[in-house]
Amino acid sequence: MDILRFITAGSVDDGKSTLIGRLLYDSKSILIDQLEAIEKQTKNREDGELDLALLTDGLRAEREQGITIDVAYKYFSTPKRKFIIADAPGHIQYTRNMVTGASNSDLAIILVDARHGVVEQTRRHSIIASLLNIPHVVVAVNKMDLVEYSHDVYNNILIDYAAVAKSLGLKDIRYIPISALNGDNIVDRSTNMDWYEGEGLLQILENVTLTDDINLTDARFPVQYVIRPQTEALHDYRGYAGKVISGIYKKGASVTIQPSGLTTTISAIEVGGVEVDEAFAPQSAVLHLADDVDVSRGDLITLTENQPSVSNELEVLLCWMDNKPLIEGNKYQLQINSRLVRAVVKEFKYKVNVNSLEKETAPDKVQLNDIIKATIKTASPIPFDSYQHLRVNGGAILIDETSHVTVGACMIQ
Amino acid sequence: MSNYQLNYLDQLESEAIHIMREVAGQFERPALLFSGGKDSITLVHLALKAFRPGKFPFPLVHIDTGHNFQEALDYRDAMAERIGEKLIVRQVTDTIKSKNLTEPKGKFASRNALQTYTLLDTIEEFKFDACIGGARRDEEKARAKERIFSVRDEFGQWNPKLQRPELWNTYNGRIDKGENVRVFPISNWTELDIWNYIKKEKIELPSIYFSHEREVIEHEGQLVAMSEFVQLESTDKISRKKVRYRTVGDMTCTAAIESNASTLDDIITEIIATKTSERGETRIDDRVSEAAMEDRKKNGYF
Repeated sequence: MDILRFITAGSVDDGKSTLIGRLLYDSKSILIDQLEAIEKQTKNREDGELDLALLTDGLRAEREQGITIDVAYKYFSTPKRKFIIADAPGHIQYTRNMVTGASNSDLAIILVDARHGVVEQTRRHSIIASLLNIPHVVVAVNKMDLVEYSHDVYNNILIDYAAVAKSLGLKDIRYIPISALNGDNIVDRSTNMDWYEGEGLLQILENVTLTDDINLTDARFPVQYVIRPQTEALHDYRGYAGKVISGIYKKGASVTIQPSGLTTTISAIEVGGVEVDEAFAPQSAVLHLADDVDVSRGDLITLTENQPSVSNELEVLLCWMDNKPLIEGNKYQLQINSRLVRAVVKEFKYKVNVNSLEKETAPDKVQLNDIIKATIKTASPIPFDSYQHLRVNGGAILIDETSHVTVGACMIQ
Repeated sequence: MSNYQLNYLDQLESEAIHIMREVAGQFERPALLFSGGKDSITLVHLALKAFRPGKFPFPLVHIDTGHNFQEALDYRDAMAERIGEKLIVRQVTDTIKSKNLTEPKGKFASRNALQTYTLLDTIEEFKFDACIGGARRDEEKARAKERIFSVRDEFGQWNPKLQRPELWNTYNGRIDKGENVRVFPISNWTELDIWNYIKKEKIELPSIYFSHEREVIEHEGQLVAMSEFVQLESTDKISRKKVRYRTVGDMTCTAAIESNASTLDDIITEIIATKTSERGETRIDDRVSEAAMEDRKKNGYF
């Protein structure tokens, strides 16, 4: 049993909340008291149907206004897998939330309303999925009940979407016709669409192969904390605590510390307090080094044979997440894993139109939800990989030095 | 490549250890909020894995309402002793006296809300800049929206509409003086994950989690332990039942469930079969209103 983290992209109108409610309901993850609570609220509604969307609205303002404010996380599991859903609102002003939810997702479900087909919003969600490099995409054509379960309608949407997918270079795409409201093809195969021969949505989610998504070649270990008991018995103990974010570390391997470039070997490895011969992603571990080299929080321990880029000039795709606009030349703290450096956003190259992927002239002030291509200069060199190649060591956040708020997400090119 | 796969419990464990070490790396004066319940016991177990053979970079802190189960208090003291870590206990009773607070009234008067005052005072007393807590997102709808690093203002308040975006596994713990961050390493665990992990790791729990005989009163379908804190009415019937606790909070606001489950396997079987959520079944205080938790969190509750 492993974990699949996925994001559902779509607006309330696409039936996103209903789909999540349906997955939770049909996988029996909703319990009686939670059901009673939504039944109570449904009573106040005219149609009187059980509103599964209410399961995902967490805050009072959301229930009152029928909107989703922020990313909510939902959980369910089957005997095969544990699932973590990042439920992000899909309206145009919420690029920020979708980027946030997508950053940790293995898979995106992109909802298409069968009546409207591939629309601007579908493109936007797909573009964000591709920019954030989500490995797997499921295009769920919803509300099939409202188009009389028509095979032709479904086929035409597939043809339209295939063109979008090709232009974005999305890799692993699956298609499925569903009705979240009626439960068609969610857990059980629908009897209304005999022409569909694929798996139900839940089976797709259970069977997507995830093992290939973890990079076991490019070994990266950001140091978080140095363990030094300094007791009599453990006088010389010095362990570098962190998480193997990619790759495999073996006892005796030659490692290089970045950005200092110092080289030594691994003398011992501990996982959960037990000495082991190797540690691999995504294990948390403690590494011991043969030589007394200078290593501290923020440093990256890498295998000498496989090096990241080290530079103080970065080309990034930057999603702006703050209400205050970004102005060329502004200074921020840049955080990549455990490393924190001062940085300046130097040059805006172009703005990405998130509905068409076209390059537009960069604005003077970058607004909330804008995505731009820019160059960043850091106060000291940082080790990194290209985000499209190694997601775990290619994503960085920008932090406002005065408000301490996270204001930008950078995908390093 | 099949040798290099982690099962879901190992993945959750690794994520939680990573979060705890981020706390150690980013904050000057962190603390771990420890109640003697299964979730905070799991946190301590994870901290042992994250920091041994070193000492914890934080003390354990317990806000004692004075209405706790003796079994949980005994467990707390024995645990702190066994692992040799510092334990700070602050009493809600003292805050009530020193601040002239009004005790809540009613049959099952709960000090749950008053706990917040003592917690905020304790944070101020020790200048804690981060408090690690055992909250999980599956517990409740407001918690489902909370970040792993959740920033609180100088009044301890949570502002759900102004949360920092939390991307990848990068946690931004920068704050101003007076503010603090609540950190939830087991955000992504469900109740069942906790039990399966406790079983896998053979973690010892207070005895009240397992089936035992106890005098209880039935109240609106829930079983409340007889104790000096409950105000009996003449119509109350006291009975002796075989019960266990699914969560451990105050004696006045935590309900027991009838159960013969005396081993972890029995408990896991019961939880898989249950039709009621953890909080719905056992928390008397969350029944008050749909937004009870949201309101408490906004006021500084963890």
